[in-house]
Amino acid sequence: MATDPIRVIEEMCVGCKQCVSACPFGAIEMQERLACIDLNKCTVCGACVETCKFDAIEMQEQSNQADVVDLAAFKGVWVLAEQFDGQVESITYELLGEGRKLADALNMELCAVLLGSNIGGKAQELISRGADKVYVADAPELDYFSDEPYAQVIIKMIKDYSPNIVLCGATTVGRSLVSRVAVSVNAGLTADCTGLDIDPETGNLLQTRPAFGGNIMATIVSPHHRPQMATVRHKVMKEAPVDETREGEVVNVALTPDLLASRTKRLRYVPEEGATVNITEANILVSGGRGIQKPENFDVIAELAKVLKAGIGASRAAVDSDWIPYSHQVGQTGKTVCPKLYIACGISGQIQHLAGMSSAETIVAINRDPDAPIFSVATYGVVGDALEIVPKLTAECKKILGK
Amino acid sequence: MHFVVCIKQVPDTHDVKINPETNTLMREGVESIINPFDMYAIEEAVRLRERLGGTVTALTMGPPQAESALREAVAMGVDKGILVSDRAFAGSDTWATSYTLAKAIEKIGDATVILFGKQASDGDTAQVGPGVATHLDLPQITYVRKIEEINENHIVAERLLEGGFEAIESPLPCVLTVVKEINEPRLPSLKGKMAARKAEITTWGGDAIGADPDKLGLNGSPTKVVKIFTPPPREGGEMIEGDPDEIARKLAEKIKDIIIEAAS
Repeated sequence: MATDPIRVIEEMCVGCKQCVSACPFGAIEMQERLACIDLNKCTVCGACVETCKFDAIEMQEQSNQADVVDLAAFKGVWVLAEQFDGQVESITYELLGEGRKLADALNMELCAVLLGSNIGGKAQELISRGADKVYVADAPELDYFSDEPYAQVIIKMIKDYSPNIVLCGATTVGRSLVSRVAVSVNAGLTADCTGLDIDPETGNLLQTRPAFGGNIMATIVSPHHRPQMATVRHKVMKEAPVDETREGEVVNVALTPDLLASRTKRLRYVPEEGATVNITEANILVSGGRGIQKPENFDVIAELAKVLKAGIGASRAAVDSDWIPYSHQVGQTGKTVCPKLYIACGISGQIQHLAGMSSAETIVAINRDPDAPIFSVATYGVVGDALEIVPKLTAECKKILGK
Repeated sequence: MHFVVCIKQVPDTHDVKINPETNTLMREGVESIINPFDMYAIEEAVRLRERLGGTVTALTMGPPQAESALREAVAMGVDKGILVSDRAFAGSDTWATSYTLAKAIEKIGDATVILFGKQASDGDTAQVGPGVATHLDLPQITYVRKIEEINENHIVAERLLEGGFEAIESPLPCVLTVVKEINEPRLPSLKGKMAARKAEITTWGGDAIGADPDKLGLNGSPTKVVKIFTPPPREGGEMIEGDPDEIARKLAEKIKDIIIEAAS
C-alpha cells in the first residue's frame, strides 16, 4: 500500500507544539516530545506543514507522474449556463460576471455553454453578459435537464476543447450534473464556492467555500488537474452587466445519438403550487419559525413577502409542524440561501438554521427571547412579538414603496 | 433485492465550536453522529426491504471508529454493516471517496438500489452520490422526495427541484440521493439495539476492494485544501427599540434602500 500521506520527520521535530494548535481537526498530539499525527482525524489539509518552522512535517506529493497533464494546453473559462423552460436562469449571469474577472486575470476567453432545445436565440443574451464565445448544444433531448445526456454532451465538449476552468451553479441541477462530469474527465471539483480568485504565481483557481455548516472556510485548489471545476453558490457573485453592443462567436456543437441517450426518463414535471419565488434565488426572504405559532399566521409573513416581492422561508420547526412545505425550509437539512435581505420572524436561530442563512448580506431578526442565538448574526435585532411587529413593518414598507 | 445505503459519520454540528484563541475547530468531546441526511436514506432502505424483501447493507468509508455509525444503522433495521477503512484513504476528496465506495459496491456485487443522503453535513458537497454512480456507470436520481413505484427491474421516483418536482423512471440498479421530505426515520427498537451490539461488522481495506492505490486518498484526489480559516464574525448587531409602531418605522428606514432596489 501507499505510504502515509503526511508524516512527522522525527529527527527534525523539536517538540514545539506549534502544529498541535495549528491543526483545525485536533489530529496532532505530543508523544514523547514529538508531534504525532492521528491519520484517522487528519484531513491532510496541510495547516501544520505551513506552521512548522523546522520543516519537520512532510506531505506526500499529490500527483503521480502518469497523471501529469500539460496544464498549458487547457485554455478558456467556461460557464455552464442553466436554463429552465427556455429562459436563462439568473445564476448564469452571476457566473458570467465572476467568469469574466477570472478570464481577464488569465488572459483567456470567457465561454458560455448552453444546452437546450431551440435555444440558439439565447446565445446573444450570454454574449451581452460578457461571453466571448457561446457553445450551443441544441437537440429536443436537451429541452430540459436530464442527467446522462447533459453530462455526456459536456464531457465530450471538455475532451474536445480542453477548458481551463468550468463553473456551474450550485443548484440541484448543477450539483447533479457536474459531479458526473468531474469524475468522468478526472477533474477536481469544489462544491458551493463563495469566493473565486486566480493565484497570481501559479495561475491556479483559488476556490473558497464554507464547511462544517459555515463554521470554517477552506480554500481549495486542483494543482495538477484540468479543467478546474467549481459550483458556485447562488446570490454570492454579482450579475454581469448587460452590454447589447458586445459581439461574440457562436459555435454549434455537433451532437451524435450516443451523446443524447438516456437510461432515465422524465415522466412528468409538477411545479410547486403557490411557489412564486424560488427561495435560493430570492433577493429578499421573509422567514417564519416557531414564534409564528400556527399555520394561519403565515399569512402575516406572506403579506410582507408579497409587498417586498420576496420569497417565503421557514425554520425546521415550522416545516416539521406542517405549517409550510419542506421546499421552504432554510438551514442545514433544508436549503442554503444567500439573499440581500433576510427577515427572520419568530425564529430562535439554532445553529442548523444559521448555517443556512448567516451569509445573507443584511439580516433582520424579530424574536421575543432577547437571548435567542439569531441575534448573534442579526444586522438589526428587535426583541418583540413578530406577529405584532411584522404587520406594522408591512404597512411601513408599503408606504416606502408607494403601494 | 439488495439495498446498499452509503453513510458517513460526521461531527455533530451542534457541538462544533471555534476556539477563539487559536481560531481552530474544537473537536474535543464533539460527538460523532450519522450524517442527518443519511438517516433518511437508511430509513428508506429499510422500508424498501420491508415491502419487497431482500437485504439492506450499510456501507461507510472512514476511520475504525466509524464502525459505531454502522452499528447505529443496524439498530434501525439494517441487516449488515461494511466499513472500508485504510490509512491510504486519508486525504480523500470527493473523487477518491466516490472511487473507493464504488470499488466496495463492486465487491458487494449484487446491489439493486444504492442510496445516499443528499449531502453530508460536514462537507456539504452533494458530489459523492453522483460520483459513485459515474464510477459504476449507473443511472442516478438525485434529491429524491418520494419513491412512487419500484419492482425488480425499474423504479419511478420524484426528484425535488427548486420550483417543483419531476417524476423520473430509471432501470435498476441505480443510485438515489434522498432529501428529508422522503420519510421520518424511526427510532431504534430494543431488538434493533440488541442486534446492533451483536452485529459483526466487516472491514475492508484498499487491497480487499481491489482498489488502484494511485486512485486512493491524497494520490487519487485532484483537489487539495491549501488554507483553512474561520470566517470573519458578523458585525455586532444593532438593536432597535421602542414601541411596536416606532420599531416598525425605524426598521423600515434601515432596510429602505434594499427594498427599493429589489422592487425596481
